[in-house]
Amino acid sequence: MGREDFSETTYMLEISDPMMAHVARAGQFVIVVLHERGERVPLTIADFDRERGTITLVIQAVGKTTRQMQQECRVGTRLFGMAGPLGKPASIGGVRKVICVGGGLGVAPVFPQVRAFKNAGAYVIGVIGFRNKDLVFWEEKFRRYCDEMIICSDDGSVGIKGLVTKGLEMSMDKHADTDRVVAIGPPIMMRACTETTRPRKIETIVSLNPIMVDGTGMCGGCRVRIGDDVRMACVDGPEFDAHTVDFDDLMSRVGRFKEQERQALERWTNNGCNLRTDCNRQSS
Amino acid sequence: MAGKTIRTIPQERTPMPVQDCHARGMNFAEVALGYDEDAARREAERCLLCPDPACVKACPVSIDIPGFIERISRGDFRGSYDALADANLLPAICGRVCPQEVQCEEVCPVGETLEPVAIGRLERWIGDHAIEQGWSTVPYIEPRRYRVGIVGSGPAGMACAADMAKAGCDVTIFEALHRPGGVLRYGIPEFRLPDEVIDAEYANLERLGVRIACNTLVGRLFTLEEMVGKLGFDGVFVATGAGSPRFAGIPGDSLNGVLSANELLTRCNLMRAREFPEYDTPLPLGRRVAVVGAGNTAMDAMRVSLRMGVEEVSCVYRRTRHESPARREELEHAEEEGIAFHWLTAPVEILDDGKGNVRGMRCTRMELGEPDRSGRRSPVPIPGSEFEFPADIVVYAIGTNPNPVLGQTSNLKLDKRGYIEVDEHLATSIAGIYAGGDIVTGAATVILAMGAGRKAARSMKAYFGVRDTETVYELGDQSATRFGIPVFEKNHTRVLAY
Ligand SMILES: Cc1cc2nc3c(=O)[nH]c(=O)nc-3n(C[C@H](O)[C@H](O)[C@H](O)COP(=O)(O)OP(=O)(O)OC[C@H]3O[C@@H](n4cnc5c(N)ncnc54)[C@H](O)[C@@H]3O)c2cc1C
Ligand SMILES: Cc1cc2nc3c(=O)[nH]c(=O)nc-3n(C[C@H](O)[C@H](O)[C@H](O)COP(=O)(O)OP(=O)(O)OC[C@H]3O[C@@H](n4cnc5c(N)ncnc54)[C@H](O)[C@@H]3O)c2cc1C
Ligand code: SF4
Ligand code: FES
Repeated sequence: MGREDFSETTYMLEISDPMMAHVARAGQFVIVVLHERGERVPLTIADFDRERGTITLVIQAVGKTTRQMQQECRVGTRLFGMAGPLGKPASIGGVRKVICVGGGLGVAPVFPQVRAFKNAGAYVIGVIGFRNKDLVFWEEKFRRYCDEMIICSDDGSVGIKGLVTKGLEMSMDKHADTDRVVAIGPPIMMRACTETTRPRKIETIVSLNPIMVDGTGMCGGCRVRIGDDVRMACVDGPEFDAHTVDFDDLMSRVGRFKEQERQALERWTNNGCNLRTDCNRQSS
Repeated sequence: MAGKTIRTIPQERTPMPVQDCHARGMNFAEVALGYDEDAARREAERCLLCPDPACVKACPVSIDIPGFIERISRGDFRGSYDALADANLLPAICGRVCPQEVQCEEVCPVGETLEPVAIGRLERWIGDHAIEQGWSTVPYIEPRRYRVGIVGSGPAGMACAADMAKAGCDVTIFEALHRPGGVLRYGIPEFRLPDEVIDAEYANLERLGVRIACNTLVGRLFTLEEMVGKLGFDGVFVATGAGSPRFAGIPGDSLNGVLSANELLTRCNLMRAREFPEYDTPLPLGRRVAVVGAGNTAMDAMRVSLRMGVEEVSCVYRRTRHESPARREELEHAEEEGIAFHWLTAPVEILDDGKGNVRGMRCTRMELGEPDRSGRRSPVPIPGSEFEFPADIVVYAIGTNPNPVLGQTSNLKLDKRGYIEVDEHLATSIAGIYAGGDIVTGAATVILAMGAGRKAARSMKAYFGVRDTETVYELGDQSATRFGIPVFEKNHTRVLAY
């Protein structure tokens, strides 16, 4: 396992799994189980290197598990389990001009799509947004595959000042012949992008991140409302046609364990990282 | 032992010791404690050893029931285990979870005047005894060059793996989750089927040389076609289970607090949410849980909720107790534990508390109308009988749809509903790929899944041209042949006729 830290809360893990690296495609994710008592945490495959046999995850430390991973995953660490690639791969073909929008944490997951579109011969416009200059990562990687690129920042410390929707508007104004927009990031940002493209009737794809358990279509925990249907994001998605997604439903459902998440984090912070050594002893 | 009659056998069915119903509502320890040796021998005495036993015919895998019971009463426990394991690879599991009351025990003639012989309890006792003694039925295995891949580690996959390994094949089981066992692990709770029992059965498989690769979702990491293609498996058995939970499709289904029984059970059993925050996965259930449905899955969801500390657990079912498809013993245990059953009731809407959470359910009363095609009387709503019912969590246990992953990623022929289509040998539309268990039949039972696994194994052996190793011919005349097979080859049996 390799590692690079992009900021205080964002880090990148490069994990050796030749078989997975061989078959992973843009738009797919993995489920990581950090240790025997851990949760199953879904994370998007942000990059893969078929030659080196590795996949890359970019993770934001938001809660107990992601922070614990930040603390414990060092070069050489082994994960208790990782299943993948999961989810349907993104459909890449048949697109001439595409705008790929990544906001905050969505920047990393959108990268494989940028690369795939470029390799498929599309004209690719990248729009990536960060809160400020210090949080920027992978700029070079994006420039390599984007025909045009706009960086947005909340405070204007880098690129244009404003949200990614502003960058998206600018690109669409300039390229009226855009035939697809891909937007990945927090639900609120994906919703904003969806509303931006809706009046122009441009096909828009978003990658949804509901709470998951198994990631195999068995529990129904990840169900999302798509038009009149209920679909399982882990097997029917995670990518869906944005103009049919019920974002209110998604946003309400990702908050459903807030209280327990807070409790887990608090407890873990108080116990420090001893938790792990403790539980190995009484494994079941 | 001949000459036993209904009048000479012990009249009372030997009772199953159980945990006190107040204590057990609070813990996840096994409810039914199992017989001890005396109890088992006493119960075994009750079998009439019918010359033409009805129970064997009613058993989906035709266990030699009087044979194994008779050996218990003689004290030949090892012999009994061998007789049992000949047909059933997982006696400790099936003894616990089979619906005996509608299979072997239903037709036992002792049951006409007295309680039927407790076949399931005896089966369980032998299974447990074998685990305790470390017995297994590992025959002489002649290695062959065939490689077999099994998709799914539930009972169907386990049974097929065991048979193929015994036939000398190199077997690997692929499982999507991080622990093997399928529904046995993530669905059926520990108070019915302790993890140690599953682990013991898996240890037996490993002893046979079976490898288990967890965290592998077949279809995504590699496809079925790739398995029989470049990955070099000579045969593949697909046993991925029934999979995807159904929701009622009524208003309020997507509120927070509405979940499938599968999610509840997976969080509790596989992810151990019951030990949250020791384990990381949460499962908040509030004060009142209402479960819709009355099958095994519903019973398990209710009894898990109770043990997670929920104060009021209720069951909402649109038919009557009589139509409940749950295993009788579980239904009785659920009633003893204090679950409130609302028969002839169906939800029409799940109510919102205004913040996106469940506040309760609006239900309607039902009555039974004309029998439908399955012969069960179908429930019809009584107009004007709607009423509200408070609940913090609503759990659906109303059946499953087939999991779509393999359909999405292979050219396997599916039926209209999305289950895998097979012929009478369980062969699918792709040569070398067989399928069985819930993914073919829809949600069924452990024993049927296991039986399907064994049937697929027989087909696969025939496809490879491998002879069975189950029956060993006595060595007499070294040059004799049977069905054209030289008898001195020792570990062989008949080639099965199809
Ligand atoms: C398909 C998919 C792809 C994702 N890709 C990435 C990624 O590339 N990088 C990244 O940093 N994060 C990604 N996430 C989100 C990531 O899974 C959550 O941040 C993580 O589970 C949080 O766990 P925690 O214990 O650290 O935090 P918690 O304190 O448990 O939760 C923090 C927040 O994360 C969300 N969350 C919690 N548990 C889950 C779960 N089991 N499944 C989904 N969301 C959950 C909830 O909305 C919660 O409010 C992805 C989620 C999905 C569904
Ligand atoms: C809660 C509950 C209680 C039950 N109680 C009883 C009972 O008391 N008695 C009884 O007889 N029956 C009971 N049943 C039914 C019984 O458990 C099932 O009929 C039986 O387990 C089916 O076995 P199977 O091998 O076909 O599939 P499963 O046991 O469902 O196993 C399938 C396995 O395949 C894995 N899988 C799926 N897709 C893939 C893939 N693409 N790649 C790799 N792996 C994959 C799954 O993760 C799973 O582990 C119950 C079922 C449930 C849900
Ligand atoms: S039917 Fe009953 S009495 Fe007859 S052999 Fe079977 S278990 Fe014994
Ligand atoms: S995560 Fe369980 S069904 Fe998608």
